[in-house]
Amino acid sequence: MPLIEIKNLHARIEDDGKEILKGIDLTIEPGEVHAIMGPNGSGKSTLSYVLSGRDGYEITEGSVMFDGVDLLEMEPDERSRAGLFLAFQYPVEIPGVTNSTFLREAVNARRKGQGEKEVDALQFVKMMREKTKKLGMSDEMLKRAVNFGFSGGEKKRNEILQMAVLEPKFAILDETDSGLDIDALKIVSDGVNSLRDPSRSMLVITHYQRLLNYIVPDKVHVMADGKIQRTGGKELAEELEASGYADYQEDAA
Amino acid sequence: MVATIETEQTVKELGAQKYKYGFVTDIDMEKAPKGLNEDIIRFISAKKNEPEWMLEWRLKAYSRWLDMTSPDWAKLNIDPIDYQDAYYYAAPKSKDDGPKSLDEVDPELLRTYEKLGIPLKEQEMLAGVAVDAVFDSVSVATTYKKKLEEQGIIFCSISEAMRNHPELVRKYMGTVVPQGDNFFAALNSAVFTDGSFVYVPKGVRCPMELSTYFRINTADTGQFERTLIIADEGSYVSYLEGCTAPQRDENQLHAAVVELIALDNAEIKYSTVQNWYPGDENGVGGIYNFVTKRAACRGKNSKVSWTQVETGSAITWKYPSCILQGDNSVGEFYSVAITNNHQQADTGTKMIHLGKNTRSTIISKGISAGQADNTYRGLVSIMPKAEGARNFTQCDSLLIGDKCGAHTVPYIESKNPTARIEHEATTAKISEDQLFYCKQRGLGDEDAVGLIVNGFCKEVMKELPMEFSVEAQKLIGISLEGSVG
Ligand SMILES: Nc1ncnc2c1ncn2[C@@H]1O[C@H](COP(=O)(O)OP(=O)(O)OP(=O)(O)O)[C@@H](O)[C@H]1O
Ligand SMILES: [Mg+2]
Repeated sequence: MPLIEIKNLHARIEDDGKEILKGIDLTIEPGEVHAIMGPNGSGKSTLSYVLSGRDGYEITEGSVMFDGVDLLEMEPDERSRAGLFLAFQYPVEIPGVTNSTFLREAVNARRKGQGEKEVDALQFVKMMREKTKKLGMSDEMLKRAVNFGFSGGEKKRNEILQMAVLEPKFAILDETDSGLDIDALKIVSDGVNSLRDPSRSMLVITHYQRLLNYIVPDKVHVMADGKIQRTGGKELAEELEASGYADYQEDAA
Repeated sequence: MVATIETEQTVKELGAQKYKYGFVTDIDMEKAPKGLNEDIIRFISAKKNEPEWMLEWRLKAYSRWLDMTSPDWAKLNIDPIDYQDAYYYAAPKSKDDGPKSLDEVDPELLRTYEKLGIPLKEQEMLAGVAVDAVFDSVSVATTYKKKLEEQGIIFCSISEAMRNHPELVRKYMGTVVPQGDNFFAALNSAVFTDGSFVYVPKGVRCPMELSTYFRINTADTGQFERTLIIADEGSYVSYLEGCTAPQRDENQLHAAVVELIALDNAEIKYSTVQNWYPGDENGVGGIYNFVTKRAACRGKNSKVSWTQVETGSAITWKYPSCILQGDNSVGEFYSVAITNNHQQADTGTKMIHLGKNTRSTIISKGISAGQADNTYRGLVSIMPKAEGARNFTQCDSLLIGDKCGAHTVPYIESKNPTARIEHEATTAKISEDQLFYCKQRGLGDEDAVGLIVNGFCKEVMKELPMEFSVEAQKLIGISLEGSVG
């Protein structure tokens, strides 16, 4: 059974009725890593928001099955607890709430959902230290308020840290590589690779073929004008790097 | 069977003690008749076995009150209160009148206790269930009391203090909040039924937060409480008022008076978590809370710090203040006020700088949700002799939804050119992005709002004593239930 199966998904902006997703078909098997590339404004982030259940979009057609259940029927927090994780293109700042409090709440929300006891505070700190160390990050980050005053690169790394702690079944990484220096890119992709697992799938949105040298995808999709225009292997990314998106945009027009 | 014997003994001891301290006097009548007049005041004073001077004090306050009118300057919508249509004296509820088990307690209330993570035994105690657990806790209190006595700290009900320490009560009561200070203070002075008294002797650092005891001591807090705390030279005390578990008091009107006095080099930390019944989501019912809290930093280098988390009551009218009389004295006010549904809060502080190099800090966080109104009202006053006085004020408001209101009314008066006064104010809305980010990590609506608001209030919450802060944090989430989603 595929981990995620998107069929003919259409979505529009609630406010102005503008259609952004115009019939997405995408199936990801457990353990697979897929990459989506595509020009600015083609609807990549919109797809990630629609999958994670953000308000403001209206789904007019299509279906999404996640691990055998209808994803679109679930609330955003239920989707998260069911194992869907979104690494945001623009991570949000929450002043006054430390990263470690935030993550503990997130872990406890999962535990509560499964009728388990809340995580012991001391144990949690220990676990967090291990995670940060493994990811080559400083645990000073845990004491800081969520993304507050973080540099662009720190924010992206923080998303990976959260992913490592929450251990999702399905992770969408929306341009997690944008704005990273070479070292940070390595940290982030090592982190992602260490989480690769036969039962975990990922959808990696990126503009740069370079990332895919580190995180080698099983499939590459080209998205333009709200649709998957072409699907191929790793070599498709290289081809795009050379030729750009001109062909697909003409297709769409 | 050891436990049983111990319990029996505790009960006996308690019986003896109750009598000794006069917590329960021989009262044949449970209630004074409705209404307010001199006879009622005489009745209260007699029931409480008060000395003559106390009765005179009350009567004087009453005559002042008759000439006063309810203040109308606050941004509050209040239906007129009929002061003749209320009881001013009711005997403390006997445990026998209480529910016999938790089954008889309002399930809504129990649900909230559960959310706060209050242990079962304590739940029973808070709900007033007459069981052994209550005695267990009271005996703990008795142990504390012994420990305090060893250091010469007096911690008792104010009625008890009047009988056992009349010199202290007479010397200090009404010196910070005079009888005729304001309408509600005058009313309180005339009819107050009980409250707490604390005296910390010279050079003594109170070894515990005066809280656990208090929690039990005033499980049946009256409508008109009166608290007096005196920190003698070089002493320190941290006092926690209220209980973080929701209280369902049926009394509409609460008018308390709190007076704090810090002498040379003394420090008082006073923390409150107020969560009286706020009324339902349609604005029906709820407590009217009119409180006069004031501290006198009389001595040099003295310090008073007010920390309040106000989540309850239909109406809150409250301005804990500091009179900074002693040179180098310090006043602090940290406040979180949350209003949801139809709640209204008009709260803030007054910092009156009289002495040289006096300093004050005001951090106020107002959160409004639903159709609620939240006003910060503050006064910073620098008197001519307050050479080198400094104040820093920060007022932040957070709005949840678009039907609520937040207002900031800062008054600043400076009569000394060397004074430095800084004021910062911000208003923000809880953002959809923040909520979605939290939900994407698995937090439900309520938890997400609770977390964001707690973050917003952090500077204040960190001032709360540890044992209070966890419950207070949860309370913030609970009081904002239903504000989003
Ligand atoms: N809330 C909104 N209101 C109006 N238009 C929107 C909204 N959200 C997205 N759009 C529009 O939808 C289109 C797709 O946006 P989206 O963010 O999904 O693109 P993207 O492929 O992620 O682009 P990029 O590569 O620049 O991140 C854009 O034209 C964008 O302006
Ligand atoms: Mg995007």
